[in-house]
Amino acid sequence: MRLGFYSWLTIACLATAAVIVTLVSFERPPITAIQRGFRGTAMELVYNPRTVAVNAYLHGVPEAPEQADADGPKAKDVYENVQVLGNLSVGQFGRLMQSITEWVSPEIDGPTEPGAPERGCNYCHNPENMAEDSVYTKVVARRMMQMTKHINEHWTSHVGQAGVTCYTCHRGNPVPLNVWSQTPTPDPSRGRGFTADPASQNLASPVVGMSSLPYDIFGPYFEGASDIRVNGTTPLPEGNRHSIKQTEWTYGLMMHFSQALNVNCTHCHNSRAFADWSQSSPQRLNAWHGIRMVRDVNTAFIDPLKPVFPANRLGPMGDPLKVNCTTCHQGAYKPLNGARMLAEHPELNLISATPPPPESARR
Amino acid sequence: MALLDLEYQNIFTRVQVRGPAYLGVAISHEPAGRQGKTSFSHVFGQIGDAQVGPIYLGWIGLISLIFGFAAFEIIGLNMWASVGWDPVQFVRQLFWLALEPPAPSYGLSIPPMDKGGWWLLAGLFLTISVLLWWVRIYTRARQLGLGTHTAWAFGAAIWLYLVLGFIRPIAMGSWSEAVPFGIFPHLDWTAAFSLRYGNLFYNPFHALSIVFLYGSTLLFAMHGATILAAGRFGAEREVEQTLDRGTAHERCALFWRWTMGFCASFESIHRWAWWFAVLTPITGGIGILLTGTVVDNWYLWAVKQGFAPGYPDVYPPIPDPAAAAAMGAPR
Repeated sequence: MRLGFYSWLTIACLATAAVIVTLVSFERPPITAIQRGFRGTAMELVYNPRTVAVNAYLHGVPEAPEQADADGPKAKDVYENVQVLGNLSVGQFGRLMQSITEWVSPEIDGPTEPGAPERGCNYCHNPENMAEDSVYTKVVARRMMQMTKHINEHWTSHVGQAGVTCYTCHRGNPVPLNVWSQTPTPDPSRGRGFTADPASQNLASPVVGMSSLPYDIFGPYFEGASDIRVNGTTPLPEGNRHSIKQTEWTYGLMMHFSQALNVNCTHCHNSRAFADWSQSSPQRLNAWHGIRMVRDVNTAFIDPLKPVFPANRLGPMGDPLKVNCTTCHQGAYKPLNGARMLAEHPELNLISATPPPPESARR
Repeated sequence: MALLDLEYQNIFTRVQVRGPAYLGVAISHEPAGRQGKTSFSHVFGQIGDAQVGPIYLGWIGLISLIFGFAAFEIIGLNMWASVGWDPVQFVRQLFWLALEPPAPSYGLSIPPMDKGGWWLLAGLFLTISVLLWWVRIYTRARQLGLGTHTAWAFGAAIWLYLVLGFIRPIAMGSWSEAVPFGIFPHLDWTAAFSLRYGNLFYNPFHALSIVFLYGSTLLFAMHGATILAAGRFGAEREVEQTLDRGTAHERCALFWRWTMGFCASFESIHRWAWWFAVLTPITGGIGILLTGTVVDNWYLWAVKQGFAPGYPDVYPPIPDPAAAAAMGAPR
């Protein structure tokens, strides 16, 4: 049989469609899998070395300036209105100011957007009087320094010895690139009136890795303390009333972890029993503390700054821009690939202490 | 060209014999003779019978289509509304959009239309449509003097559909347990269902359903391959070969006895296929129905029953930090 024109046309169309679907659906190899659990349990970390190499520039650490002399007069004795950096020597104070400028508001080469705030020292300081608190960013920066010290002192359960610096989040941006704020519910751009409430899900959302899972996950888990655990602890029903819908919210949160750290589920979990701690990797414990740390940071440090921020620095619901896992991790399972940046900046350990988080924040 | 010589691959019908339209055997209640138009399609003839029609719809078929269309419209228009009636986003995000069942707080009550009422109505209309279509399949088969195997096979699928959207939600006391209408959202629901109830892979009825599903594909492949391979000996005339074994049957049967020592008959292979296909949704539906109602955590159930294997520890044991914090353990 010789094929007719329409048969060939059909075959050509199908082949073209198959090629297009293949090209747009799949990631080009190679794929590397690293075993992370007992053989046969499929606990493995899967990544593509090509994309890791492409994204490597995101995780570099800026060169630290020469160490400053810790001796000499203290900043609180030399400068006015030094509230949290008083224990630094004048040399250390200057070094930290230099570093913060580079980390948070570095000067931009070339033209800036008209109306954009000035970069450099004047992003926070009034050049007429460096000591006064007339620029709101100076008030925010002071609180953020306390937050940095607070994290490094009280949340070693998550940040370990690597610690955090301003750069861990800011990466040269006055506002960290990966932040969140409350979303309007119900979303006025979605279902209205008589039509079905979309329930903050079923949209291709980058928050949950372009899945259709619930995407309004940060408020409940990173500001509030909604229940993440949905599994029962008994084989038979004994009163566990968690719903499938609630499970989808937990699932969405886990997708955020996965996206933020560029890891798959089995980085922390044995997928045959997600809830079981005895089969999980130590990273799950680290993540558990991380959730509480993010909650503490958002509720104890960022939310109270709401009256300080101008309207253009607030989200659509009038709340400040808050942190999630991506704020620090940015696609690395350890921020900055685990670089011990804090050790190069001992000034950050001299910031005046804050009280430890309440016991309830650690549960 | 040999690779693309589809004649030899026996994929398309090789010869299309075109006679007068065949209207079928006489049926019992036929007051006005056969109705309906027929036509022929060469393209259809490549993969099936070239004759198109007559089609019988009837009142039941018509009402079924109307209810099905209403459900389709409720789902589609609510999806469209969920992107603010933006036609571009409706197309782009179509696979992500859904009509969700009510929130758990509504239990089995009837919620407002925007809080799951549309989902209930779409489910009701779709159920009416599907059940009427079942009636149509049943009555059409009886009219032709056929057995009702197709209707019961379709009924097995309806069983699974009703378990997912109606029977199990009622048993659980909440419409929210049911499946959303949507492409990706129903897949997310499936994953969340397994996650919530401790891994469906430890559900024995889920395992049975997979056995029958994969078994169905295996049987289908074996049977299809066998008949096509013996097509040159007239194997497609299965009924004649059942009653009076011809060389096609003898060769096919010997082939399977050679390769696995045993073979189905030309009649029994279809019973195998029918039961495997029908048991897929039947066992699957049982597994779904038991989940949450009788078993809350399938993994822990498997541990209790002693069929979830243990593995050596790779990491030092990690205590549950919440339990440790609740007991006042040192941090």
